[in-house]
Amino acid sequence: MAEQRVIVVGGGLAGLAASVRIAESGVPVDLFSMVPVKRSHSVCAQGGINACNEVARQQGYSEYEHFDETVYGGDFLADQHPVLEMANWAPKIIDLLDRMGVPFNRTAEGFRDLRLFGGSLFKRTHFSGATTGQQLLYALDEQTRRYESEGKVRKYEFWEFLWPVTEGEGDEKRCVGIVAQDMRTMQIRAFRGAAVVMATGGNGLIFGKSTNSVICTGGAAARCYQEGAWYGNPEMIQVHPTAIPGADKLRLMSESARGEGGRVWVPRKKGDTRRPADIPESERYYFLEERYPAYGNIVPRDIATREIFDICVNEGMGVDGQNQVYLDLTHRDPDYLTRKLGGIMEIYEKFVGEDPRFTPMKIFPAVHYSMGGLWTTYTAGDYEPSEPRPGHKSGSSVPVDAQPGHGMTIGAPNNMMSNIKGLYAFGEVNFAYHGANRLGANALLSCIFDGLCNGVSVVNYIRDADTPGVDAVDQGVYDRFVKREQDKHDRLVASASNDSGDESRNPYLIAKELGDEMTAASTVVKTGARLEQALRKVAELRERYQKVELGDNAGWTNQSLSFARATGDMLILAEAMLKAGLLREESRGAHYRKDFPERNDERFYKTSIARYNPDTRSSEIEFAPVRGPLVKPRARTYGKTDSKKTDAKPAAQTAAAS
Amino acid sequence: MSVAQAHAFDAETRLANRKRAKAGRTVIFKIKRCDGPGKPDRWESFKVPTEPGSNVISCLKWIAAHPVTTDGQRTSPVVWDSGCLEEVCGACTMVINGRVRQSCSCLIDEYAPEEGDTLTLEPMSKFPVIRDLWVDRERMFQALRRVKAWVPIDGTYNLGPGPKESPEQQQTRYALSECMSCGCCLDACPQYLKEEDPKDWDTAFIGAAAISQVRLFNEHETGKRLKADRLEAMMGPGGVSDCGNAQNCVKVCPKGIPLTESIAAVGRSTTIHAFTRFFRGK
Repeated sequence: MAEQRVIVVGGGLAGLAASVRIAESGVPVDLFSMVPVKRSHSVCAQGGINACNEVARQQGYSEYEHFDETVYGGDFLADQHPVLEMANWAPKIIDLLDRMGVPFNRTAEGFRDLRLFGGSLFKRTHFSGATTGQQLLYALDEQTRRYESEGKVRKYEFWEFLWPVTEGEGDEKRCVGIVAQDMRTMQIRAFRGAAVVMATGGNGLIFGKSTNSVICTGGAAARCYQEGAWYGNPEMIQVHPTAIPGADKLRLMSESARGEGGRVWVPRKKGDTRRPADIPESERYYFLEERYPAYGNIVPRDIATREIFDICVNEGMGVDGQNQVYLDLTHRDPDYLTRKLGGIMEIYEKFVGEDPRFTPMKIFPAVHYSMGGLWTTYTAGDYEPSEPRPGHKSGSSVPVDAQPGHGMTIGAPNNMMSNIKGLYAFGEVNFAYHGANRLGANALLSCIFDGLCNGVSVVNYIRDADTPGVDAVDQGVYDRFVKREQDKHDRLVASASNDSGDESRNPYLIAKELGDEMTAASTVVKTGARLEQALRKVAELRERYQKVELGDNAGWTNQSLSFARATGDMLILAEAMLKAGLLREESRGAHYRKDFPERNDERFYKTSIARYNPDTRSSEIEFAPVRGPLVKPRARTYGKTDSKKTDAKPAAQTAAAS
Repeated sequence: MSVAQAHAFDAETRLANRKRAKAGRTVIFKIKRCDGPGKPDRWESFKVPTEPGSNVISCLKWIAAHPVTTDGQRTSPVVWDSGCLEEVCGACTMVINGRVRQSCSCLIDEYAPEEGDTLTLEPMSKFPVIRDLWVDRERMFQALRRVKAWVPIDGTYNLGPGPKESPEQQQTRYALSECMSCGCCLDACPQYLKEEDPKDWDTAFIGAAAISQVRLFNEHETGKRLKADRLEAMMGPGGVSDCGNAQNCVKVCPKGIPLTESIAAVGRSTTIHAFTRFFRGK
């Protein structure tokens, strides 16, 4: 049998962690990325990476509590076994990154420093200034380069993934490679792969402006979806509470700003035109602190976002009468801020022209992260409580220790595999771990965890005696997929010569209209009527897209073509998001339905699974039970003062939060 | 504008421009274009409406959707490279009004405050043009391979924590580790020359970015196991001694990385390494 190679698509944290782990196991990797991997979107992550640590442990924290927090933070929508496994691995992952040379901030004695982050009362977030994602990505980029030098990883940078190559039907469908295109020469060709790992990140561009990089179209995931991969919880999109509005994108202001003491406020008096420094303490409305005495400014993101939205849009109390609130760090020592948050201080100063060390920042929520993604499965581990446990109390004994294998069975070939055999999804592109809302500093963790833990599963899958080698697959299978992509490509290029001048066919304008519509209808506050309206709009845009016309017919480095092709895929994913959002008649985590403001466990303690029907060219949504609850769902209030619901969480844990 | 003049266009000027920028104005983009390797250059101008907060990226996006020159000619959308748009990925680097920098953080208010003001965009000068403003910086990544810019760990399995480190040492390494391989330091360097043929990359001057990475990895407890290999690379052709001390690199680095300090430090280490090797006779 010829050498079996694994294809990894995407070179962010998940893709690089997978590449390193798989190459280390002796299996060669072909790594595809639209950008040099060092420029992947993971570079934008700022705040940090969560893990239980010795200090928090001695205050009553544990890996198990990290698991419990993540599940509670996600409003119980995540399948819980993978979350448990991830939390248990977290401290070991930090150690590994430390060995790779990540410059984590240090205490005076030289230990790794920690900061507070949303959804926890314990300091459990490790960080490297305010550019933690960049530093983690670079560490993995360097290790990948090492394997590249040894010939174990072959990089295909500036190559765009076009489609997964599959054979077989139904449950027997198997992924045997991909079709990809060189973005410079425009050559389209197939690559054989014994397994394919999708690590292609999020889809913020569907919403037009977001905190995401320009490559985050969701196009790759949408192509797998159209080939038959299921898509889980598409309606679950995180809107980050604090970003700087901008003409081209909405720039993230990390949650670590609040973790390091940042306070969110507006003037108590509407239309107060005084400079913020001139407004006395008593005339400032610290609405998060007043409404959530226990967590204050570090409530989870969905809650902070809705409260800021409420203050601005419903109460009309935004600063200067606009949709913005203050994020204030001016009470902290400027040198401390430079040391801990230098990266984001610089971004604010460069783009807004004011120094946030001395003037409160003006911020507003922005689309940030997709909790939903390609549906994936796993083999559960050996922790099997006789019934789901109640919420965990800090300091109480844990029901299970943190040894690997309690949550998921390590190395089981189906861990994080999609419903298509041999097609895996790692990192933001899968739907695991974060449920209906992601806690800050858990994303970097889930990406690296997927690569390291489930990279082993990929290796085991291709070494499994029952997995037939891909060298036996008929070349005709690959040729058919290549031809289809080549035809699609040729049609798009040919459309440039129509030159009808009809603006309604311009892919950039279609994408812009899609973004505006999705932001208006399907972000912070949703209603059934508005979602239906958006579905009609998307249908209209899809109709127009049929006649899309490119502005460029170049046979070399045609960026318009790549964008126009992704626009078609974004429209398909947008429809799935809207449909699932419409059918989920409840409010859970990031998904808030004004017409159904309560969580409804009876009907919707369920994963929404979207399947693409190629005959009708539309999404079909089904609700399936959340797998294996280890912790029983409980009301998720974060101790809100006016809440009537009971909350299992202790009201305050001030010792740990000091 | 000369390099010196471009540098004189400092933060204060930009801030003053930002304050007097006229709302709702249109500005002219003069863009150097090229259809691909071996094709001739040409200049095209575009009239672009601005809004508060407009930057070069938002204007290039507008041009992509409205590719018509000031002469009323329909043309192809301008091609450029971009990623994060918050000056942390390094992709969107280009030469703007004669100075190399990221285009995402280039605010129109700071550069073209008046109606009809012109911004000039050119591709980076030291790297092969792929198309228009998009260049191929693979040579930068080859340089990182050349100096073994990684920590040689014993694999990714759980083997406990890394070495302890003082906060001062961490701050030193962090500053160096912020290098995003944008290439500004190389584009501004008189000793770093354009090399189209990859065969020449390993002998041509390696430039400030990779030299600074040598320092970064030699500063790390485990990273220094490869110190000798890295310094050997620095002694060879195109190594640290090719630096002409023009100090342009440190002036254009968007991350404020102390590149000249790195060059000096690596220069010293290389000298010591050469002596040691000479006296050891190997």
